[in-house]
Amino acid sequence: MSTPRKTAEDDGSIAYAPVIDWDKFKPSRSSLAARKRKDGLMHALIILAFIVALIPLISVLWTTLVKGAQRFNWDFLSHNMTNVIGGQQTASGGYGGILHAIIGTLEITLGAMVISIPIGLLCAVYLVEYSGDGKLAKTIRLLVDVMSGIPSIVAGLFAFSVFTIIGGPGTANGFEGSVALSLLMIPTVVKTSEEMLKIVPNDLREASLALGVTKQRTITKVVLRTSLPGIVSGVILAIARVIGETAPLLLTAGYIVSTNMNLFSGQMTTLPVYVYQEYSKFRAYCPEDAGASCVAAIPMQRAWSAALMLIVIVLILNLIGRIVAKIFSVETKR
Amino acid sequence: MSSLTKPVSGKRFDTVFRGIVYACGILILVVLAAVTVFLFVRAWPAIGGNHEDVADTIGKFTGGKITSFWGYVGPLLFGTVLVAAIALVVAFFVSMGIALFISHYAPKKLATVLNYIVDLLAAIPSVIYGLWGGLVLVPAIYPFWNWVAQYLGWIPIFAGPAANPARTVASVSVVLAIMILPIITSISRDIFQQTPRLLQEAALGLGATKWEMIKLAVIPFGKSGVISASMLGLGRALGETMAVLMILSPGLTYSVQLLKASQNQTIAANIAAQYPEANGLGVSVLIATGLVLFVLTFLVNLLARKITQKASVK
Amino acid sequence: MGQRIDINHLNIYYGNFLAVEDVNMHIDANKVTAFIGPSGCGKSTVLRTLDRMHEITPGAHCTGEVLLEGQNLYAKDVDPVAVRRDVGMVFQRPNPFPTMSIRENVLAGARLNNRKIAKSDADDLVEWALRGANLWNEVKDRLDNPGIGLSGGQQQRLCIARAVAVHPSVLLMDEPCSALDPISTLAVEDLINELKRDYTIVIVTHNMQQAARIADYTAFFNLKAVGQPGHLEYFADTTTMFSNPQNEEAERYISGRFG
Repeated sequence: MSTPRKTAEDDGSIAYAPVIDWDKFKPSRSSLAARKRKDGLMHALIILAFIVALIPLISVLWTTLVKGAQRFNWDFLSHNMTNVIGGQQTASGGYGGILHAIIGTLEITLGAMVISIPIGLLCAVYLVEYSGDGKLAKTIRLLVDVMSGIPSIVAGLFAFSVFTIIGGPGTANGFEGSVALSLLMIPTVVKTSEEMLKIVPNDLREASLALGVTKQRTITKVVLRTSLPGIVSGVILAIARVIGETAPLLLTAGYIVSTNMNLFSGQMTTLPVYVYQEYSKFRAYCPEDAGASCVAAIPMQRAWSAALMLIVIVLILNLIGRIVAKIFSVETKR
Repeated sequence: MSSLTKPVSGKRFDTVFRGIVYACGILILVVLAAVTVFLFVRAWPAIGGNHEDVADTIGKFTGGKITSFWGYVGPLLFGTVLVAAIALVVAFFVSMGIALFISHYAPKKLATVLNYIVDLLAAIPSVIYGLWGGLVLVPAIYPFWNWVAQYLGWIPIFAGPAANPARTVASVSVVLAIMILPIITSISRDIFQQTPRLLQEAALGLGATKWEMIKLAVIPFGKSGVISASMLGLGRALGETMAVLMILSPGLTYSVQLLKASQNQTIAANIAAQYPEANGLGVSVLIATGLVLFVLTFLVNLLARKITQKASVK
Repeated sequence: MGQRIDINHLNIYYGNFLAVEDVNMHIDANKVTAFIGPSGCGKSTVLRTLDRMHEITPGAHCTGEVLLEGQNLYAKDVDPVAVRRDVGMVFQRPNPFPTMSIRENVLAGARLNNRKIAKSDADDLVEWALRGANLWNEVKDRLDNPGIGLSGGQQQRLCIARAVAVHPSVLLMDEPCSALDPISTLAVEDLINELKRDYTIVIVTHNMQQAARIADYTAFFNLKAVGQPGHLEYFADTTTMFSNPQNEEAERYISGRFG
């Protein structure tokens, strides 16, 4: 055992330390109990937060399902809103439907995909393969981040401004909506593709370049092919995000009751806009002698049914995206 | 001729491809510049144009109460920030709870299920939240707001009587909070899960309870990430249109009485609401307000990004 | 003062996997006991059961008894939080709290127990603990600087100061020098030698010379094969262990023939 070294000069050792009265620091029984109580309280609050968050989710899904199922049938899916008068039944025995909105949603989203997937993907290729992390790349990354925070209505205003400046006032068509949506979609595509390209091992690139293959072929045949499932999954999730956008389409694609197949001319209805329009109608007009077949509350019922359709589409897209991602992650492990 | 100088097959396309890729990178810069320029060009008549015409147009929007552009943007900006800020406050605490629950309290299997649920919440389109908020939440929450007005009415922001139907800032904020919850939760959860095990064990080794461990190790570690996540959530709430449009009964005051209807309106919802009726100059006024919103969200997102960068440099 | 530890029939599990089998051992008060053995033999795992840190890994648990001065740490009414206050731990890599100053790091544990510590008492405690960890002279002029600004060896001594400031009776050290340079290692080893006046010390080490230098007793853990549970192969005072081990496996390990 070493003895405390006492020298004239303080050498920093314990021998010169102040005497500690440990009773001062001793936890009292009550303070220990209080700490335990606080621990338990926080645990309870954290579980409570989780339950509180579950309530709206369950409520949203449940009401959409129950109220949406009411008018969700083949007639609803296969008709548009032409010849719908107030709350009265149409000739086909239904109350109007969402066929035009489904077609509009598909065309406009397809348009957005055609614009944003090549641009987003190639931008990611630039960032990962060509930029060398220079100043330009840093700026682009920053702006992509900023772009992903653009409010959707501003994207709508932008597309609207461009098209009215080019095409004259009052221009509204489906493609205008596609442009607005692609502004929201590009940043997501860039980010997910960039992540996926980054995880492609460098060995693969070098192996290909060493064989005398050009850089372009290395990228398209090796790098992109390796990361394809991940990119596909990211793109699907990006589509799921923009397919539910409402505000920008309200300003750009407009709203009509009939089916418009031409993306580049004339207004076009999409599902989210349809939901909103039906919601704003509140009640349909029923003349006094209309009888039981006239449903005054039909707009809200249509809104819920269209919402159900929208949720189903979004969830299916999410599911597909996840499944693709899962298959991919298994492959990399092998 | 040496084989080394012979053209390699695909050489030309290699150069073309390189050009295309560069163009796409630069296109991002061009697009953002274009957004700003186009918005500015279209907004200019409202900001720098003929004052009398502008006054006339804004007078039409507001029933003659407000006639200047800045007098119009002011309350809208106030309403936007108010609604988003309250939504953030509500969402923040719940998100922290869920994030900590997933990262530190829930068993692994439950945590996986919860991650799916958070993603699901994020995937639901905003128009459906608006529909649900307007038709389900507004009637359901009125008794609660009424109770709040009765018992907490002495606090100015809760001054009664509570509006019925509750198409108020309070109800909208609740819906926006639900909408931004997933963003804040998922980012915070990721960063909490990255807390070094060593730090957590250091705290536990000193005799910390689980909550004390979280306070000592997890929260200080995740602080900047949580702040940046909150900023992103705030940015989302500032720009949200549909839920506000479908729930809030609008007004153009600087009031903070959350439980009363027709007090405030947000920029985004105002654009969507006034747009169908607006004439050429009216649209310019709306685009100008949109530009204000764009600048605001731009700054918030930039700030979020700067905070993350600073933290990663450390 | 240090306290003695008795381990009886300790089996340690990760889920259903038996990681360490049937450990029986007596650890003397105010002595340094070293755990050595090949990788994967469970020496760190055993150490972590002595302050109930093992169980924070999901699914991890153990059976048997760990007696601290006769009190079973795994008895039903024992609170793991209280155990960890009485049995301090120093980890493989220095882990000061990155957002705290040197002073706050030392006080972190004490503040948990007692929120309202008078400033003069706190000053005394900081000085006492830093002197005890042989760090006082190096940092006394910059106590408010962040703890992570120190060198690796200083950080590790700061962690020791933080552990002793809670006034435990046992100090567990899990390879405390493995991330340190030779000079810092020497400083920590000197410190361990001084600390055993006040604490019972259990140290896990990969370095047999280190065990030989600082330990009074040495426990050799081994495993029969990969995937098999580890076990306590041989326990002896350090001199016997390194000069004349009465166990063939231990002899082989110490002479460097495996592990």
